[in-house]
Amino acid sequence: MPLRKTQPWKIARLLARKLGAIAALVLLGGLLSATLVRLAPGFDADERELDPGLNAESVRALRQSRAGEHNILSFYAGYLRGAIHGDLGTSHALGQPVQSLLRERWPVTVRVVGVGLLLAWLLASTLAFTACLWRRPAYEILGTTVSGAFLCIPAAVLALLSVILNAPGYLAIALIVFPKIYRYSRNLLAKAYTLPHITAARARGLGEVRILALHVLPIAGPQMIAISGITVSIALGASIPVEALCGLPGIGQLAWQAALSRDLPLLVNLTVLVTLVTLLANSGADVMIYMLRPGEDFA
Amino acid sequence: MNAARKLACVVVVAVCAVSLAANWLAPSGYAKQFREAASAPPSHQHLLGTDEVGRDRFARVLYGTRISLLLAPAAALVSTVLAALVGGLAGYLGGIWLRLARGFTDLFLSLPWLFLLITVRALLPLNVSPVASVLITFLILGLLGWAASARVLSTSADALRNSDFILQARASGLHGPRLFLVHVLPNLKPVLYAQFWISIPVFILSEANLGILGLGVAEPLPSWGSLLRELEGLISFREEPWRLVPLLLLIVVMTSFQMLLSNEEVTA
Repeated sequence: MPLRKTQPWKIARLLARKLGAIAALVLLGGLLSATLVRLAPGFDADERELDPGLNAESVRALRQSRAGEHNILSFYAGYLRGAIHGDLGTSHALGQPVQSLLRERWPVTVRVVGVGLLLAWLLASTLAFTACLWRRPAYEILGTTVSGAFLCIPAAVLALLSVILNAPGYLAIALIVFPKIYRYSRNLLAKAYTLPHITAARARGLGEVRILALHVLPIAGPQMIAISGITVSIALGASIPVEALCGLPGIGQLAWQAALSRDLPLLVNLTVLVTLVTLLANSGADVMIYMLRPGEDFA
Repeated sequence: MNAARKLACVVVVAVCAVSLAANWLAPSGYAKQFREAASAPPSHQHLLGTDEVGRDRFARVLYGTRISLLLAPAAALVSTVLAALVGGLAGYLGGIWLRLARGFTDLFLSLPWLFLLITVRALLPLNVSPVASVLITFLILGLLGWAASARVLSTSADALRNSDFILQARASGLHGPRLFLVHVLPNLKPVLYAQFWISIPVFILSEANLGILGLGVAEPLPSWGSLLRELEGLISFREEPWRLVPLLLLIVVMTSFQMLLSNEEVTA
């Protein structure tokens, strides 16, 4: 069968598999959140029952109105139905609907993480390509030393150092993420450079920039795109210490506050949402790779 | 072993040895307060000065290093055993079991590590005794850190399943748990050792992050995380450079671990 005719099917199958994973995660996360709400202390209590102005019949009616929540299946069904319509419950700690909290804080995280990721890729690519183009041990040592040093420092310490030095939060995120990108990219490029056709290209007098652009990047590029999804996950994880310690009112800070006050439903909702973003980023990277290399069977 | 790796080995062993000897080397207990000398600079009596409540910083560094360096390998052992059980078994059994295990680990690996850590930590009580907080912190790391190793082990076990010597063992009548324990698991040892050593620095960093966020080891027990929390009050490096000693020690130990691990393992 000609390759072109199978491509849409393969892309559709790939997307279906990814969406299946996302749906499984959303369901799992929703059930976990519902379980935590149900097991939280004070779940079955309504403070209106303490009102001395209510008679016995009114109190009975109040209890009757919550009778449906005793059935765990109908509780889960109601919770998931609400979640599908965007009702993610209320934060116990902050007393606000989770949806409005997310709407306020998400733009801060997108800005910090987005700029941080761009900087990280810029820095890592610059170091990796410099080491490839100039092929001097000094550049290799510089890249390895710098990335190695930042790999040894906890994300929270980098956040603290950015506060002490009055540096922006996205710089801390960039310094947390770039060592991993650099090391992976450098290994990919180094492997690509060992291929025989690169040696042949050099022997024929092709310049290093042309070799990198026309012969090395087409090989290493798709795998570098693959880790872009993983770097989104790393950056989102790093947003917790960065936003918490730098005082940035984003999702990361919200998750930290929720953990300290044991606001479990909020924390689980946040974790599931952040994971959704990660899965979407990974899926996007996979589809992009497939479109660049349609001949390969994508596992 | 090249010179750099030898040096790294010596550094790690030396730091471990010094931290194990904390009971004899530390000038005072980690919780003893010298209230008249709170936030004091380094002196003959307090080599690294004292913290805000007057505790000797050098003693806390020694005891904190002991806790972090002893319990991170313990957590790594837990995660490696879990990875062997989940990944190794799934790879050995193959078929639907392998698919299920890979799907589950992929889903698990999709969860951002720090989000997962703080969620699970928040599930457990935060106001526990210091010893309980230490056990909880490192147990969480061990119980949650198996997925990446399981992925690697499942691939290795899957490759072993169809190898010649396993087929011969099967043909000889060996199967089930005995085949797994006698032939498959010993051949997974190199991968298990590699995953164990890779996990240690990851867990040390994770504990440090949790500690700085206030979700790690509880006071007055010191750990690298709680020691690094002191950096929050640091105004300038020049005024109190001694407060950077725990960070420098962490960087030295982590760099040594990096040098001990091969390049491929670090990248993984």
